[in-house]
Amino acid sequence: MSAPVQPAPAPAPQAPPPVETMTVKVNGKTVQVPKTHPDWQGKPQPTTMLQAARCAGVDIPHYCYHDKLPVAGNCRMCLVEFGTPMMDPATRKPVLNEDGSPKIAKSVLPYEPGTPRGAIACATPISPGMEIYADSPATKQMRESVLESLLINHPLDCPICDQAGECKLQEYSVQHGQAGSRFVEAKVHKPKAVDLGPRIVLDDERCVLCTRCIRFTKDIAGDDALGIVNRGSYNTISAFETGKFDNNYTLNTVDLCPVGALTSKDFRFKMRVWFLKESKSVCTSCGTGCNITIGSREGVVHRYEPRENDAVNGPWMCDSGRLNYKWIGRADRLREVLVRGTRSTWNAALQDLTALLSKAPAGSVAIVASARQTTEELFLLKKLAAKTGATTDSIAREGEADRLLVAADRNPNSNGARLTGIAFTEAGIRIPEIAAAIEAGTVKTLVVFGEDVTKHGIPAATLAKLETLVVSDILPNATTALATHLLPGAAHAEKRGTFVNVKGRLQKFMKAVEAPGDSRAEWEFLHELVHGVTGQNGYSTIEGLFNQMAREVPAFAGLEWAKIGDTGVDVKI
Amino acid sequence: MPEQFKLITKHIDEPGYTPDIACYLRHGGYAGLRKALATPVRELAEGKKLSPQEVVREDVKASGLRGRGGAGFSAGLKWSFVDRRSGKPIYLICNADESEPGTFKDRQIIHKDPHQLVEGMIISCWANDVKLAYIYIRGEMPEGARLLNQALKEARENGFLGKNILGTGYDLEIHVHRGAGAYICGEETGLIESLEGKRAYPRIKPPYFPAVLGLYMCPTIVNNVETLCHVTHIVNMGASEYAKLGTPNNTGTRIVSLSGDVMRPGFYEIQVGKVTLGELIHDANFGGGLRPGRSLKAIIPGGSSSKVLKAGEVFKLNRKGADGQMAKVDVPLLDLPYDFDSLQQAGTMSGSSAVIVLDDSRSMVETLGNLSEFYAHESCGQCTPCREGALWLAKATHRLAHGEGRKEDANYLAHIAQNIQGRTICAFGEAASWPVLSFVKKFRDEFEAKGAADEAARAQGAGPVHGVKMAASPNHH
Repeated sequence: MSAPVQPAPAPAPQAPPPVETMTVKVNGKTVQVPKTHPDWQGKPQPTTMLQAARCAGVDIPHYCYHDKLPVAGNCRMCLVEFGTPMMDPATRKPVLNEDGSPKIAKSVLPYEPGTPRGAIACATPISPGMEIYADSPATKQMRESVLESLLINHPLDCPICDQAGECKLQEYSVQHGQAGSRFVEAKVHKPKAVDLGPRIVLDDERCVLCTRCIRFTKDIAGDDALGIVNRGSYNTISAFETGKFDNNYTLNTVDLCPVGALTSKDFRFKMRVWFLKESKSVCTSCGTGCNITIGSREGVVHRYEPRENDAVNGPWMCDSGRLNYKWIGRADRLREVLVRGTRSTWNAALQDLTALLSKAPAGSVAIVASARQTTEELFLLKKLAAKTGATTDSIAREGEADRLLVAADRNPNSNGARLTGIAFTEAGIRIPEIAAAIEAGTVKTLVVFGEDVTKHGIPAATLAKLETLVVSDILPNATTALATHLLPGAAHAEKRGTFVNVKGRLQKFMKAVEAPGDSRAEWEFLHELVHGVTGQNGYSTIEGLFNQMAREVPAFAGLEWAKIGDTGVDVKI
Repeated sequence: MPEQFKLITKHIDEPGYTPDIACYLRHGGYAGLRKALATPVRELAEGKKLSPQEVVREDVKASGLRGRGGAGFSAGLKWSFVDRRSGKPIYLICNADESEPGTFKDRQIIHKDPHQLVEGMIISCWANDVKLAYIYIRGEMPEGARLLNQALKEARENGFLGKNILGTGYDLEIHVHRGAGAYICGEETGLIESLEGKRAYPRIKPPYFPAVLGLYMCPTIVNNVETLCHVTHIVNMGASEYAKLGTPNNTGTRIVSLSGDVMRPGFYEIQVGKVTLGELIHDANFGGGLRPGRSLKAIIPGGSSSKVLKAGEVFKLNRKGADGQMAKVDVPLLDLPYDFDSLQQAGTMSGSSAVIVLDDSRSMVETLGNLSEFYAHESCGQCTPCREGALWLAKATHRLAHGEGRKEDANYLAHIAQNIQGRTICAFGEAASWPVLSFVKKFRDEFEAKGAADEAARAQGAGPVHGVKMAASPNHH
């Protein structure tokens, strides 16, 4: 027998290398900025003027530049006047002013030395001692003239434009534009309401030709579907085959479009954006858990937009996830508590269930939970299972992964189900066992949350053999139809909670809208039921519940609700 | 009387001179290549040694050769910027996308003496360790492309091109690539994009300097046709002999494309700076004077994008006096030596060395309308100031030229142009705005008079001329 291999001593944690910095001046303020910044792919590249200005808290306006796209430098909105320390050509040493400060040579046109020459801040690297004049008269004049150029052929149709209220042409016009126009020529006319693809409409007259959509589609989505046709002022964004712009990421181009050129067919003409309440949430369509912002008004969800989180989705999300919200507002949502077919109240139903579960013999209860439930809810179900000696599992939901964001695991919280002990590594492995136990008459009470088990190995005929079938769900299905106790639940947009994604990122989400009718967030009524059955006093707030869970589930040790930021934390899975 | 100095055009239009390799060889062709390949290692004073390739590169620098495409940048310096340590292949591209209005010099070489270009390219490629080179030829020159392909085939058959050139072990391939019809393809980074199969959108610099990140993100040299031809002559003559041609800092010869209102339009090769603008227009060896009864109004001295010069203008030029001191000297327009530096000091440029002569029969408003329409049509549309400004300028000049002018249009035009120059990705911004800025500045009275006359006509009820439509439209490519 060989000697056990000694584990190599863990390397001492190394302090990160000191960040090399450079001193520049932004609007007269001296700042130390890192010599490099990550580029769109995360590779360190020389810091640009735009990034240096950000370090100094100065925003330089831009249309085409985007942190996560290759730099194009075409909009010219970020042109800034700048200067560099003057060098003595003979001694190669800086020329000094009388007070000993370096003399600055402002950049001028080589053929017209009286006129400042701007540089595009998005693509121009800084150099030591550089001075960036982001609000000088020359810089302002350059911005003003770029805006003028962008507006002369623009239709100025803000009152009927979906982008109004979140449009960079509007915002920069207010901040940097001129009030009047001196343009007296005829405007260029271009195609309107172009059907670019199944989800996208393009208004070429509103387009500022920043090419963000083209770069995203080619370089991020990997689909060379968009390009520019014609020339000069007649330049027009176009799909190589009209109507066929149809990858699963097309709607990101609507987010990226700084103006109203690209609009979402789903959202178009539905709602003024300034009426929308924005709530931070997480997409539930797969195990990636893209961070989203839910836009809602008066209890109705109108859109999802990606919310930037570099640890998860960057600034993007897929179209299928983004559009998967309509079920929340469906007319046939379950709204009533039903006990044996009769409308009941939460109090009555929970009292009934408390009594029933409290005296249930060990092994007579089984629980099928859903990996679409929140970690807190799964934690509470596990408590119930522990008390009643119930077998538990959840349902696997597999699809095909893509190369960008979509995960093969189509449940948002499979890891939550595993970490709370509801499911084994392989979700659903105990379903046949549960079905057999029902058939054998050993399991007499089945608790089902958020799954139609008739489609996952427990047919209706088997369910009919149960004495008690407790079902909580959001929409009606074959299982809810057989429930003895039907408890209407809440969509993720209607409650708070956490999911653990496929990579072990624990992320919390906030409530956007109210649940309809009598339906309630599952963790609320589960906590009452657990209190009734186990006697363990629960926590009536999501914060308290999460913190209790963190004390009991090893993977969450040390976490507190209040300490999970908007972009989540990594846990060991 | 100044005469042509035929170095590049020595045999061009000579009776019996044909573009085939036999003719070229009979006239001493490819001797420069043989000489270059046999260049010995050069021992320098400090004990350093220059490889044969480095010797040729140094000689091109020492010759003072400046780019003949438009910018007039030192060719040797351009070669010295090439990143030779990247480990990536180095490419050389011959820019044969000659399309600056008024320019018709490169096509003379391509059509009538293509092997001269091929020889210059092979020497330049060898000197720069280039294994693969391209000739990017303007799409509208199909005959030129055919002749070049034929020349390359002949060069290959004669061992000047391909594997193991003249037994030296050096391999080189040259391909001809035809453009698809856009002025912007002559801008070197636009050309590179086009060669890569993309839209000819010029690249931003930084970071995409061709010498470092050029074709396929590899170090790349882009030289004009005429520039590359000069390399052979520098090798043949030796750098110091070559540098004696022309004038200091403006060495060698240049082919001037002379067009417009002269009796003898055509191409004329001169020693740079040894012939004045006046001589180019009036001497019997060159333009042969204006048309009878006409007087000079203006000269566009370096291709359509160069700033116009007005008849009667006097410029302050730096000249070395008899005492050896530099002093400002008054030089009238027609006495301006035709070279890089004098024209720059006169506030314009020799550009592609296309001299366009305008006599007093020409309306400056209409001439500018013509130029501006060209630039609106040719703007690639990548960056905002040029995309929107070029067409705006064209529409405004067109309106002014066609009876709907306003008194303020002179200022209006100048302001629009000011907002383009220096703010664009490539020099097209200057190309589109300089004609406007210079025309309005130097012929302001004519622009204002036209605007005032239009206003007066409208006030008297003549009404605006309706139906004035721009010719520049997306269907016009």
